[in-house]
This record gives sequence, structure tokens and C-alpha cells, in this order.
Amino acid sequence: MIEVTHLTKRYGSNAAVDDLSFTVEKGQIYGFLGPNGAGKTTTMNILTGYIAPSAGEVVIDGHNILEEPEEARKCIGYLPEIPPVYPEMTVLEYLQFAAELKKLPKKESAAMIEEVMQTTGLTQMQNRLIRNLSKGYRQRTGLAQAILGYPDIIILDEPMVGLDPKQIIEIRELIKSLGQKHTVILSSHILSEISAICDHIMIIAHGKLVASDTPENLTKLMRGSGSLELTVAAKVADARKMFGALPGVQSISVKNSTEENACDVMIKTEGDHDLREKIFYLCVEQDTPILRMQHTHVSLEDVFLELTEDHPQASPAKKKRKFGFGGKAKQEKAADSENSTQEESGETNTDYETDAFTGAAQGMGAAEENGSSEADAVDRVSVGAEGQESGGKE
Amino acid sequence: MIAIYKKEVKGFLTSMIGYVFMAFLLVVTGIYFTYYNLSVGWPKFAYVLSCILFVFMIAVPILTMRVLSEEQKQKTDQMLLTAPVSVTEIVVGKYLALATIFLIPMLIMALYPLVLSQFGTIYFSETYTAMFGFFLMGCSFLAIGLFVSSLTESQVIAAVLTFLILFVCYVIDGVSSLLPETAFGSFVIVIALIALAAALVYNIVKSTLVSVLCLVIGEAAAVIVYVINSTLYEGLMQDVLSVFDLSDHFSNFYSGIFDVTGIVYYLSVIGVFLYLTVETIQKRRWS
Repeated sequence: MIEVTHLTKRYGSNAAVDDLSFTVEKGQIYGFLGPNGAGKTTTMNILTGYIAPSAGEVVIDGHNILEEPEEARKCIGYLPEIPPVYPEMTVLEYLQFAAELKKLPKKESAAMIEEVMQTTGLTQMQNRLIRNLSKGYRQRTGLAQAILGYPDIIILDEPMVGLDPKQIIEIRELIKSLGQKHTVILSSHILSEISAICDHIMIIAHGKLVASDTPENLTKLMRGSGSLELTVAAKVADARKMFGALPGVQSISVKNSTEENACDVMIKTEGDHDLREKIFYLCVEQDTPILRMQHTHVSLEDVFLELTEDHPQASPAKKKRKFGFGGKAKQEKAADSENSTQEESGETNTDYETDAFTGAAQGMGAAEENGSSEADAVDRVSVGAEGQESGGKE
Repeated sequence: MIAIYKKEVKGFLTSMIGYVFMAFLLVVTGIYFTYYNLSVGWPKFAYVLSCILFVFMIAVPILTMRVLSEEQKQKTDQMLLTAPVSVTEIVVGKYLALATIFLIPMLIMALYPLVLSQFGTIYFSETYTAMFGFFLMGCSFLAIGLFVSSLTESQVIAAVLTFLILFVCYVIDGVSSLLPETAFGSFVIVIALIALAAALVYNIVKSTLVSVLCLVIGEAAAVIVYVINSTLYEGLMQDVLSVFDLSDHFSNFYSGIFDVTGIVYYLSVIGVFLYLTVETIQKRRWS
């Protein structure tokens, strides 16, 4: 349906999109995911032919977007980031204009407009000036324009922005139903949105495609490198020797802890091996006290953070920073439990920007809080996980 | 193209701008018409047109200032440029809408000579030739306005710039008469202009070699031409600048001459500026 090869867009020396290649199949919902400034909008603008790439090409349904722009654009409905609506028109006038612009047959266009207005819930508003509409309704008007004529490919740039929760659910359902017959590409920086709707996720960071797979596979992919974090009272060399011999260990990294006479150990496990008990008995055997042990499972957020991280060489443990993904309610709940833990344990740690949702999603984070709180990134995770354990069992 | 044309015409007729433009033009014409034709009793309506020329230059930016700049600002150009229509269709559709809005007051003005004919003999063919010339000239003004509007997101800048360009074209006749007409005078100006062009080249390509080459070759060519046939330089500046004098050809129509070169001239101006508008929009895509 869409073939993108070596797409590059440069603004001066800065590459907004850098050598991007992918193909889009028919009848699926694709999600572009990436942090702000990753190049999602630029990519979409190139796909729709609004801007031209510096290099590379886009072929839509066999038509090159630069060589046969009109043919290619006929297959596309596009909702840009800012809905391209004319404030001085009414909704109906606007959609009529859109229908004419898309060269829809005159006879069918009236019925089509009616249908599209119904699906986007605009029928009540059809005679209102767009100037007087709220952001949500403008968004819907833009969406109605994009799906008008039911083009084969529907590209939506952040379609949920500005909508209330009820509308979000409605639009989500709408996109899902569109995805049965059409190819839908949507972008978002909100993970829950993408994972709820899309059949296929493409994660973009710094203009590069860093991952492209189904949501399930993406989490599976990362689960292979599920990891354990420990702080043990032992020397670095001893710890390395001790844990390195364990069966089921994929890789191990040991460094001096911020605590005295202790070291931090990061163990990556193979597959779904749970080494916690083994480690416990091993440490008892070796007479090495465990000061802290934590199991980190990967959620989609981790995948996202891992892949879009600025410095790929940083250890995964440090990547659990504040990131407002996931359902808000869930997050708040988890945050509440976190606070209550704080009060109970009288911790001095003031940094509460833990991604509590990650903790909740992991569900089984077994953390042994060691009381000290100097290694801040790791510590935040620990507090979050502990909070989730003691207060937030869901 | 038709969709855009319809939308634009409707837009002008449902917002203030179209009416302001038409009313402004008609009020001013009405005042001059009442004074010169009705009160003084002069049978030549074309004179009224030449009187309102300057006012018309103020009215044009009102009509054209938002036609493309607003699309850019509201990001509605995304819809147009991703729709299955070419940029040329968009630009031509918009231009035809502008011309249509300009045509409405012209049609109303076309009634004035009929009114006058009640009081005496009117040379209709002469009068309507003048009106035709005025319309063509106005259309070339509109093309310039459309082009300027494509350059900027700001309506104000578009309006001011359009007026400035029209104004410079208006006074260029006077300016060129100040310049020397002798061969040597023109030669000096040409030399200076080539140096300026070389500086511009340097500014764009940032290469000393290229700009120096341009300078040397340009100046050498100018000198050689001067040495071989210095008469070519006589009145050169005047000839060149007269190309930009948009109202020059109108004076022929004004005198009742059906000036074919004038028609070609105005149509070329329209063509050039529409082309430049299309290119400006295309270029933004690539930048």
C-alpha cells in the first residue's frame, strides 16, 4: 500500500527524518510512536505530499507522491496536527468544500457527508460556524474531512488531542472500525492510545525507525532481556564470579555501589527465568548479605523508553524516569499508594516522579528496599515498586 | 480548481473583505463620476478611471492580502496541498476568484456611460476600450497581490508590500526620467549594477572565485559593448524601467486605442506572477 524507502528530510544541518524505510500493508492500523520532535509529523507530511523529502521516495498504491501527486493523494485522507478548517465556514459548507476538493461524485457526496457527520457526531453542529466550535469539535470536523470519501489510506496526526475521554473512546472505536477496511496510520506520543488501537507499532526516535512490530511482539522482544538488579555486600570481583556462574544468566554487569563495601549487580536473564530464589540461596551459601534485589519486567513503556533514549549505552535501570504514559486513573491510583507508603515508611526520599504505572504494570516487582536513597534513578524505581506492593495491589 | 474558485468567491461574499473592496472602489468612482461627468459635464468616463488609479492601488492589497497568507497561517494550506489538486489549480482558482470580485464593480461601472448617454453623445467604443484596459491592468495588479500574499504569513506585510510594489511601478516613470539618458551615464549605471549583482552572487554562493568571475566577465562584456557600439546605451535605463511601468499601457487604452501589445503585456504580467506564485508554494515544500 505504502512503500517508503530511505526517506530523509533535512532542515539545514538537522535531519528531522533520517533514512526511514518501511512498508505499510492494507487493512491494518499503524501507529507512529515517538517523543516530541522525533519526526512523526514530518514523516506524515511527506507521506501526504505536503512537503517533499530531501532524499528517498514514497510510493502510494503504485504512485510516486512526487511524480504522480494527484493520483497518490486521491488514496489519502489526511488530518494534520492542527485541523485545517476554515473558521468562516459552517461544518456542512466545509465538508461540501472538502468533497468537491476531493472530486467526489456529486450525486453521492451529499449522502457521504451525512454519513461522515453521523459517524463523527457532527450532525447537531452542521450549521454552526467552525469559528464557534470547541477544540474537540474542530478536531472532529478535521477528522470528518479526512475520512470523507473513505480513501484507502487514512493518515491521522495526533487525532486524540483536545478530545474529552468520552470522545476519545468514540474516536478510538471509529478508527478501529475504519481499520477493518482501510489502512490507518496514526501518530501519538501517548502509548496507551497507540497500544489500544494499533495492529502495528512503529517507534520513531530522532528521525529513525527504531522498532516496528506488533505491540505483543515488542514486549516479547524485550522480555528476553528481563533483568534483576541487586545490591550485595561483596567486592566487585567476587560478585562477578559468584553470579556469573549461575545458570540462566545472559549477561552481567557489576559496579561499585554508592554504598560502602557493596556493589550493584545487573543480571540479564535468559527468557523468563526467575533467578531470585537461586540467588537468595547462593548468597546464603556464600555468606553475602543481599541489601536489595529487584526484578524488572519490561512493559511497553520500557521498550519505548529504551528505544527512544538519547544515550543508548546507559543502563536500562536508569531509564525508569518520569513518563506520563498509561491510563491516567491508574497512574493516580498508583501514585496515591506511593504516597501512603511514603508516609508509613517515613522515607526521606523526596523525588516522587517515579513512573508508578510501570510499577503497576510490572505487577510482581519484588523489591527489597534497603533504606538508603542515594542512587536516585534506581531508588525511585524501588520506591515506586515498593509502594505498589504494599499499597497498590490491584 | 472549480471547488477552490467557488469557495473563494463565496468567502469574499460572506466576509467583509469583498464588500469593502467593492464599496471602496465604487464610492471613489462615484465621487469622481459625479464631479467630472455629472457636475462639470465632461463626457469622458475614462478620465474618471485614470483618476481612481491611485486609489485602486490602495484597494488591491485589501483584496489580495489574505488570499494565500491566511491559508498558511491557519494551516489550511495543508488541506489544499494534500488534496488531489495541483498547485497550479489552487493558484489559478484563487486568482480567478479575485478577478471575479474585481469584475463585479467593473460591471457596475459599465453602467455609468449608459447613464451619461442620456445627457449627450458618448463614444461607447472608446469608453469601453478604456474600461477593458483598466480591467486588464487591475488583473495584473491582482496577480502581483496574489504573489506577494504567497510570500508571507502576515496579512499586514502582504498588504504593505503589495502597495509598495504597485507604488514603485506607478512612480517608476518619474524616476526613470531623473536617470541620465546619455550613453556614458547608462554605462556607469550598468557597471555599478553588475558589481552589485556580483556582490549578491557572493552572498548566495559564498564563493569568492565565482563572484569575481561573474564580476570580471560582466564588466568586460559591458565595456566591450560600450567600446563597439556605445549608442546601445542611450536611454537604456529608461527602456528597461518602462517594462515595470504597469500603468503605461493603460494610457493607450485611455485614449481609446485598442492596444494589442498592451493586452499581451498585461497577460504576460499575470502569467509571470501566477507562475512565480506556484513556484513559491512549491519551493516552500522543498525547503
